[in-house]
Amino acid sequence: MKSFLPSLTVAVAMALGTPALAQQSGGTLNMIVQPEPPGLVVGIWQNAPTQLVAGDIYESLLRYDTDLQPMPSLAHDWSISDDGLTYTFHLHEGVLWHDGEPFSADDVVFSVDVLLRETHPRLRASLVHVDTIEAPDDNTVVFTLSEPFGPFIGIFEVGTMPILPRHIYEGTDFANNPMNATPIGTGPFRFNEWRQGSYIHLVRNEDYYLDGRPHVDEVYYHVIPDGASRAVAFETGVVDVLPGGSVEYFDIERIMALPNTCITDSGWEYFGPLSWLWLNNHEGPMADVNARRAVMHALDREFMRDAIWAGRGELATGPLSSSTRFFDEDLPSIGYDPDLAREFLAASDYDGQTLNLLPLPYGETWQRAAEVARQNLIDVGFNVNLVATDVAGWNQRTSDWDFDLAFTFLYQYGDPALGVARTYVESNIERGSPWNNVSGYRNPELDALWDAAAVSTSEEERQEIYSEIQRRLIEDVPNAWLHELGFPTIYRCNIHDLVTTAIGLNDGTRDVWIEQ
Amino acid sequence: MVRFILARLVKAAFILLAILVLNFSLIHAAPGDPAAVMAGEAGATDEQFLEDLRRRFGLDQPFHVQLWIYIKGAVQLDLGYSYRRGMPVAELIWDRLPATLLLTATAFFISIIFGVIAGVAAAARQGRWSDSIISTLALLFYATPLFWVALMAALLFSVTLGWLPGFGYETVGANHTGFARALDIGRHLVLPATTLGLFFTAIYVRMTRASMLEVSRLDFVKTARAKGLSPGVIQRRHVLRNALLPVITLAGLQAGQIVGGAVLTETVFAWPGIGRLMFEAISQRDYNVLLGVFFVSAAMVLLFNLITDIVYVIVDPRIRITQ
Repeated sequence: MKSFLPSLTVAVAMALGTPALAQQSGGTLNMIVQPEPPGLVVGIWQNAPTQLVAGDIYESLLRYDTDLQPMPSLAHDWSISDDGLTYTFHLHEGVLWHDGEPFSADDVVFSVDVLLRETHPRLRASLVHVDTIEAPDDNTVVFTLSEPFGPFIGIFEVGTMPILPRHIYEGTDFANNPMNATPIGTGPFRFNEWRQGSYIHLVRNEDYYLDGRPHVDEVYYHVIPDGASRAVAFETGVVDVLPGGSVEYFDIERIMALPNTCITDSGWEYFGPLSWLWLNNHEGPMADVNARRAVMHALDREFMRDAIWAGRGELATGPLSSSTRFFDEDLPSIGYDPDLAREFLAASDYDGQTLNLLPLPYGETWQRAAEVARQNLIDVGFNVNLVATDVAGWNQRTSDWDFDLAFTFLYQYGDPALGVARTYVESNIERGSPWNNVSGYRNPELDALWDAAAVSTSEEERQEIYSEIQRRLIEDVPNAWLHELGFPTIYRCNIHDLVTTAIGLNDGTRDVWIEQ
Repeated sequence: MVRFILARLVKAAFILLAILVLNFSLIHAAPGDPAAVMAGEAGATDEQFLEDLRRRFGLDQPFHVQLWIYIKGAVQLDLGYSYRRGMPVAELIWDRLPATLLLTATAFFISIIFGVIAGVAAAARQGRWSDSIISTLALLFYATPLFWVALMAALLFSVTLGWLPGFGYETVGANHTGFARALDIGRHLVLPATTLGLFFTAIYVRMTRASMLEVSRLDFVKTARAKGLSPGVIQRRHVLRNALLPVITLAGLQAGQIVGGAVLTETVFAWPGIGRLMFEAISQRDYNVLLGVFFVSAAMVLLFNLITDIVYVIVDPRIRITQ
């Protein structure tokens, strides 16, 4: 399994044209975290800012390269039985927790089977396929599944399955454990200080088990609440890395004009963030498939991408991101075609009702995207009203299906069974969450296909089924897919190996080195 | 005097209680709750997760029970716990208080000193070009949105000129101590304090100028002039002292905002104060933090109203406290 890694690294290095520089040690890395996380213990909190910082402190069994192939992390080796039911992981020896206690397979069993099962809804959904998790010895963990689960090898990244210290959490109230304020992990950096409202400071873990890692001495995550000020922070040299989403897209051009400034869209392959408009299939004008098709073809997504998203990202071609496994690139077009949209609209039952369009309240860029969409829809004959809202209000309205169209974007976690099926299967229609099948799309035939694909052990069969699903969804247009979002990371060019995996900065800064 | 103060304090306590109940009801009427926001930020959730969070936050209780628990705590000065931030609210506010007080107090003194001086100067030179300049500038700053001024100031003095830090409370990672640290914080303070102070400076200028001109036309000023007093003494002792009353009213208002009034400035300049805490608490529906900040702000407003009334008496002996 691991033998192809060295050649792959070389191939990646050649493809990127990285000059063969000697890695240098030392230096301070100044980054942005936004918004301020509620806590740093990933697994207990699953917020995006928590994951960004926690990737330095905590580790998981595996990492994934940008093609979503597993790489070693706490596990240096692993194997999957032929029937797809037994996953065996061999752990690094001599790994220590930041408080000096030895790490062992028991920590893994406890973390997954006890702690995360209680605190982590997304992992909990995957663990229903797991029969037992056992530690035959200190350095081996065996997961036994009750049925094959195709995407299983893809759930071992640090945001999904972080390994937490058993000696600190066992028998405690996890969420209120006082040690949550001073996180203890196995990662390349130790927690040092969190000055609320200002910064989080991590320092090099001198006892880290990989020789020579990490290269930098300390990492600061600056908390700066205003987007324009975050741009200023980079311009004045206070921070050197702007993780994806730190600055508004219309500021990118100005920032990129600075000397020694690099940008990359990589590091989001595992998430495959895809944006779309929820279309309310439950009731109202959007319950009509022709009205939905009209919406789909009315949207000038290329203009939106170029004008609003600063040209970053790609147009969605269907329900799957192109970086998600089993993506089919050969699908019927869902492109911009206002004449076709008017035809569909004429064939629908729509008779001029005002549609409520909910923008995503994540800043000015999303607001502008919503204004473009509104204009596009008006152009083909819809009446559209933009609903002003904030994050909590947006959550409430989408969870209660109180909208006609609503902007959103979701992660796909590398596999359609993990991150895509949840949006379309009938069993996932339930009020109270903005992340399930909010639009209320019902198709029992497809539900059976989703189920079959998830438990198949044959890659070919899975591809076949998922291709079929993608085609059928495009026909029904349960949602209007918008963009494969590009969340570019902006950084000084003398910072090397910043983004090396499919979750990018969320995997921490273990490999980063700064050219002095 | 003592009876007056006591009576006012008792009244203030009831007002405060009413404010608490009102705030609590208003906040709970807003759509969404903290559990949904936290689940939303996680990007995935299920019913069990939300229920766990709501139970932890105490949101599974009926509204009146939540209100009663909160009021009971608040009268014992227990402002509750922020589950969002994993800290008692009082500790959070206490933690952020120094930064906010430093900012707002500096802005307060900047605006009152510069505002009154510029206002007096403008009044003394009424109609001349220096008066026009001062009045025009005051009008300009009065009309310009704070948010915009803040951003432009950061761009000009921090990015373009590089004279001053554009945001933050101190240089992160510099580990300054003693005087070096004070100097560092001082440098960070210049832009936010000036920005915050500009608006009030403008108001003080306009207020002082108008008030000075009005008083200087009164008969007792003519008398003073007829007595042969020097213009400087007339301005200081006779005109200014009488013209200050409206300024004090305004200063009382500004002082009341000393805790919660710097939301925009603190957000733009990443100043780790209470205004920002409040701003973030609103979008996160962090009820307890929000109520805590409102509580402290309301208490401050009531306190400074009382102080203003007392200062009136000291400045203008004609005003008497009536029981």
